[in-house]
Amino acid sequence: MSSNNDSEKDKRAQSGFSRRSWLRGAGIGTGVVGAGVLEQEADAQAAPKVMSGEVEIALDINGRKRSVKVEPRTTLLDALRNRMDLTGAKRVCDRGTCGACTVSVNGKIVYGCTMLAVDAVDKKIQTIEGIAPEGQLHPVSAAFVNNDAQQCGYCTPGFVMAAKGFLDRTPNPTQEQVEKGMAGNICRCGTYVGVRKAVLEAAKNYRGGSNA
Amino acid sequence: MPDYKWPDMAKRKVMGQRISRLDGPAKSSGRAKYPSDMNPQGLLQGVLLTSPHAHAKIRSINIDAAKAIPGVIGIKTFVQPGAEIQWAGAEIAIVAATTEEIGRDAVRAIKIDWEVLPHVVKEESLAKVGVRAKAAGEQVTGDPEKAFAEADVKLEAEYGIPVITHCCLEPHGNVISWKGNQVDFWPSTQAVSTAATQLATLIGVPAANIKVTCDHMGGGFGSKFPPDSWGVESAKLSKDADGRPVKIFLDRQTELTIAGVRPSHFAKIKIGAKADGTITAWQSDSWSSGGFGGGGMPPIPYVFVNIPNRRNNHAAVSLNAGPQRAWRAPNHPQAAFLTCSALTDLAAKLNMDPLELMNKNAGLTLRAATYQDQLKKAAELIDWKTKYHAPGEGKGTIRRGVGIGVATWGGAGHASKAKCIIHPDGSVEVELGSQDLGTGNRTCITMVAAESLGLPMSAIKVKIGSNEYPASGPSGGSTTIGGVSTSTRKATLNALEKLFEKVAPSLGVPPDQLEAVDSRIQVKGNPNKAMSWKQAAQKLGPSKIEEMGENVPAQAAREGLNTLGAAGVQMAEVEVDTETGIVKMRKMVAVQDCGLVVNPKTAESQVFGACIMSICSALFEERVMDAVTGRVLNPDMEFYKLAGLPDIGEIVVHMDIQEVHDKRGIIGLGEPCAIGGTAAIANAVYNALGVRVPMVPVTPDRVLNALGSKRYA
Repeated sequence: MSSNNDSEKDKRAQSGFSRRSWLRGAGIGTGVVGAGVLEQEADAQAAPKVMSGEVEIALDINGRKRSVKVEPRTTLLDALRNRMDLTGAKRVCDRGTCGACTVSVNGKIVYGCTMLAVDAVDKKIQTIEGIAPEGQLHPVSAAFVNNDAQQCGYCTPGFVMAAKGFLDRTPNPTQEQVEKGMAGNICRCGTYVGVRKAVLEAAKNYRGGSNA
Repeated sequence: MPDYKWPDMAKRKVMGQRISRLDGPAKSSGRAKYPSDMNPQGLLQGVLLTSPHAHAKIRSINIDAAKAIPGVIGIKTFVQPGAEIQWAGAEIAIVAATTEEIGRDAVRAIKIDWEVLPHVVKEESLAKVGVRAKAAGEQVTGDPEKAFAEADVKLEAEYGIPVITHCCLEPHGNVISWKGNQVDFWPSTQAVSTAATQLATLIGVPAANIKVTCDHMGGGFGSKFPPDSWGVESAKLSKDADGRPVKIFLDRQTELTIAGVRPSHFAKIKIGAKADGTITAWQSDSWSSGGFGGGGMPPIPYVFVNIPNRRNNHAAVSLNAGPQRAWRAPNHPQAAFLTCSALTDLAAKLNMDPLELMNKNAGLTLRAATYQDQLKKAAELIDWKTKYHAPGEGKGTIRRGVGIGVATWGGAGHASKAKCIIHPDGSVEVELGSQDLGTGNRTCITMVAAESLGLPMSAIKVKIGSNEYPASGPSGGSTTIGGVSTSTRKATLNALEKLFEKVAPSLGVPPDQLEAVDSRIQVKGNPNKAMSWKQAAQKLGPSKIEEMGENVPAQAAREGLNTLGAAGVQMAEVEVDTETGIVKMRKMVAVQDCGLVVNPKTAESQVFGACIMSICSALFEERVMDAVTGRVLNPDMEFYKLAGLPDIGEIVVHMDIQEVHDKRGIIGLGEPCAIGGTAAIANAVYNALGVRVPMVPVTPDRVLNALGSKRYA
């Protein structure tokens, strides 16, 4: 997510939801390393035999409270996909690099694989299924269709969520801002040319959160 | 028999239009269901245990502790004690559990006693692989020794392009339910129609009892054809669990380790030429590895195949690493990189512009005029004239350069059957056992049907993604569009002919005097003697029309609906920072010969995508093996690097749509556009620096090493 404001950036980093800070760690293309490895080591230490018990929690998803049984180690992404049949968010890298699992938590864009389901209690979660009623297209989704910003489509829901979150904060982006803002998502088929156009077009039809 | 030939370009109403893909809304709203999204009632989660060792024997496997974990429903092992494992990541066992978390616990509780054996996992240096390299034949044409002796200029150089993976975003896997004698199979596959037959042989259930469904799939690129071993074992787990469905999709680490790689190619290349640039001799000593089975000889010299004197030697290198699978245009991107790099370096030795060298030697290709046209067009689009300079010429820390890569591919249609159903209420269905990998196949079939029946696309329901429909070939080798368009064309026109027979008496002319235009059946050229499509269909009474159409590859050339042979030229402009070694894309141009284009919108997307994949393999992508542990060091998506949106620069796609190409018929597009880009980028870096970075991806360390070698040479 692009930001023009350093203090805002820092705030987001502290909250743990900053996709930009992740990106700086993960470093698409230019090869900065760090955060990913530490994250995995932490997982490895925490993983063995500790937590196998299920707990019932209530999650506020797409404006509806839903109860779901999860283990403390269950990620928000796995809770959505495996336990609530909300499969729009995809599991691809499963470690906070590719953005295919992007959802919104309290209005901020989050990789669903980097947040535990139990940490999402009492927060407002929005998934791709919740941005428009079934049968209707959110303006961002529509721009992806118009500009053929999808091929196999497996990364697309994550891109749409990331684009929506980006436009909520940057309603009139330049092309350069779009490129930076969408850098937290990876597509394998190579749909970036369409994505670039789609986000710029969506910016015209979707004014920030005003018609969310 | 109807006249199946395509309507003239100018008369087409649907084909050739820029149509948004029909499954776009389902995908971009997150509602499209991929096989990995299937959560049928009673679903069990499968988790795979793989080998941590690159080469080892299994002394014993103990699954008792794993079995005892509550929630574990079943465990199958892929190998027995005594088995020898040949690569890290090889399948050992699969657990079915009520949740994935429990399945992971169970996998950790399986105890294996290993006898670890020595491994070889790196092939960059042929000298170091020893007996793992096996000579794979010599090919000699003409008299290369004599030609080299007589050559005015000789280039000798070595180049390498490493193993890369497919990195499909939807991993390999499936959901499967086997109850009694019935199997429901949801694989992420490029081959809906052949999956059942293959699975039938593997599990001993008649293909007739296996239902395959794959409406959408999240990327294959050549790696998702037959059912995988984990598909077979998950089927058995389901059977043992009385038909409870089992889901198994590889985690990312396993996906990047065993679910398919593109083989590496390395070559020492020698080219001889006259002082005027005429190429007279070629010699290559190549080696490659796509895992334990080695790797085949690259088709080099590539495109410039008719160099009169040639000697090719190849060695296949067996490594303890995950196996190769077809990767978009198998062996072609590597061959283009090796050949075009050598030609560019030869041009430098001759003090020639490589564009001029390629033009001059176009006679060595099979389609000289096409390549010359394409080189000209691409040069125009990238402004070669202004941007080309002698290699390394320029000032400052940031250097710019341009480069060329060329491509060739077949792309004739595969065997395909289609069924067209016209219902008495006028609704139309077209059914094919085909699949849409994200190419726009579903949309193109609908366009062909609409064109043929004179109906809007919205009036046609295309059904693909199931083996319940007439068999259509696997989607590989750019064969789908030619196959499905031809079978759809024939099925729809055959059905239309039946409809004409029913309505001809009412319009008072013989059936062959009728045509279908704008949702009407009318006397040819006479809109006044017509009836609406709906009225016409009502003449069917209670029975629907069901007609088949077929693409038979052996007949296709005669019929002219689809054909083979696509040429392409790609050019790239890069910017290299000589202090950091970072290469940035400025521009990329793809000129693509493509025959008749059904949907320019989705076709262009495929070419854009192929250019971006080329950027990935030219600048970022490489499977890195660890010599000590024998494992893949970067089986994830932060260290296995793909380009992101900021990395691509400007991309211009020129689909060469014109009547002369259109008349050839439909040609597949997936492969030919994915070939030349890597070479173009590597050559652009050479042009910028005046020093060859001999191996891709052109990473900052390689750039700095190459610059260092120049400085101190």
